[in-house]
Amino acid sequence: MTVLSMQNIRLSLGETPVLDDISLHLNNGEFVTLLGPSGAGKSTIFRLLTGVLTQDAGHVTYDGNPLAENPQRFAFMPQRDALLPWCRVLDNLTLGLEVRGFTRRAARERVLPLLDDFGLAGFERHYPAQLSGGMRQRAALLRTVVQGQPVQLLDEPFGALDALTRTQMQTWFEERWRTARWTTLLITHDVREAVALSDRIYVLSPRPACIRAEIAVPAQRPRLGQPITTEAHALEAHLLDILLNQTGET
Amino acid sequence: MVQPLPRHPGGGLARGIPAALSLLSAFLIWEVYVRLSGISPLMLPAPSRVLSQIVLNRTMLWDNTIPTLRATFAGFALSLTVAFGLSIMLDFMPRVRRALFPIFVVSQTLPLVAIAPLVVLWFGFDLTPKVLLVALVTFFPMLVALVDGYAATDPEIENLLRSMGATRRVIFRRARLPSAMPYFFAGLRISITYAVVAAIFAEYVGARAGLGIVILNAKNSFRPDLVLAAVVISSLLTLILFTCTALIQRAVLRWRDHGDGA
Ligand SMILES: Nc1ncnc2c1ncn2[C@@H]1O[C@H](COP(=O)(O)OP(=O)(O)OP(=O)(O)O)[C@@H](O)[C@H]1O
Ligand SMILES: [Mg+2]
Repeated sequence: MTVLSMQNIRLSLGETPVLDDISLHLNNGEFVTLLGPSGAGKSTIFRLLTGVLTQDAGHVTYDGNPLAENPQRFAFMPQRDALLPWCRVLDNLTLGLEVRGFTRRAARERVLPLLDDFGLAGFERHYPAQLSGGMRQRAALLRTVVQGQPVQLLDEPFGALDALTRTQMQTWFEERWRTARWTTLLITHDVREAVALSDRIYVLSPRPACIRAEIAVPAQRPRLGQPITTEAHALEAHLLDILLNQTGET
Repeated sequence: MVQPLPRHPGGGLARGIPAALSLLSAFLIWEVYVRLSGISPLMLPAPSRVLSQIVLNRTMLWDNTIPTLRATFAGFALSLTVAFGLSIMLDFMPRVRRALFPIFVVSQTLPLVAIAPLVVLWFGFDLTPKVLLVALVTFFPMLVALVDGYAATDPEIENLLRSMGATRRVIFRRARLPSAMPYFFAGLRISITYAVVAAIFAEYVGARAGLGIVILNAKNSFRPDLVLAAVVISSLLTLILFTCTALIQRAVLRWRDHGDGA
């Protein structure tokens, strides 16, 4: 069942057209990736969904109704982890729940059982600046999923990590996702990440962004932690081809 | 996986040693010069003479320090309250901010020399004019620091909070206010160094007691040693207040002591 759908979205920021006719949808339990070059307008799509921006044209529907009638149905993980540097890790993790009306106590009761699984046990009292890059991302991810919202919006959750940590985190994340099946919209410009994690991939053009291709990835899971299959290789090459060729065009 | 915590090497005390040493040598040169040149103490008293005057006149100096301290604290408390309240109001009303901010800038360009006698004229010789002058001088650095600090909030954090359904008030309390704290303390430290000076100047213009009065009387009776004695006391006051704010800052901004490069 379609949870979220965007139809013919256009958006300009000042004089700059950023989104040019974006149409996409997201089904329940599905993992969909927006793959696009840097500066294409990927984060802008999330800003639209989280209510920071409004489209100039087009419709966004959530569960069949206009998005405005279903505000804050998304758990959002910003591009940089956006952990509050003045709050300890535990207070960062409960932030979303507290803002959504939970008491601090109830929020902690939800967060504490998950600490171990997210590799944060023993670091509740630390400040974000004391965490490694990988731990920060896991903290930001836990802060996102613990909100219990139906849809997760993840903006380059592994983008800031070194290659080794990124691979570890992706493998770890795939494992979590296979049990939890969060309905997820992921932003990335990492082709391999898109192929490894997605059920479906939308390839965006450079700014102003439009959808260049929509590609289903039927491969079995888990896909990470084992040799890359020939199909995956071919798909990666195909995606890269779309991305690189279109960059040459504009 | 955890980065080691940077420690404060020896704290503020160790860092103060070079400053203390250079101050000490300056006094030493001064002392030697006065002794060798035989210059009259009515022109330039030696540091040792200033020190002995402080000891001799300690009761008088202490009695006059109290009113100065009172004016400083009252004025500072007033400006702190006003700066905080006003900064919050301005943050929620950008249009009012644009209308009022130039006025606050102008308030800073008023020369204290001209404004102090007027304020004394209007409010008399009591505590009120001193409090007002201290507040006038100290309020602007704090207000600017707060307003700038709110504006420096990471927009990504604000967007995150908005995605959680936070109201403007919640965003202010959870993001904008804590973001402004480092800025606020920078402003506070500037303000506090003006505070004592402003109180003394206000007394100098018209008061019954206070360090400003000590300086005025000493000057009129050609006692540079007493003038300097009062100066030493006022410097000490500023130094103590400065240290207090540094300690409070350390406690409030504990999160900045951990990594972060700050
Ligand atoms: N306020 C603004 N006014 C005009 N243009 C803007 C504004 N904000 C962003 N842009 C432009 O919109 C484009 C899309 O920005 P966006 O952050 O969505 O890119 P992105 O695809 O997320 O890129 P990245 O992969 O680097 O994060 C950028 O090229 C940027 O220059
Ligand atoms: Mg982006």
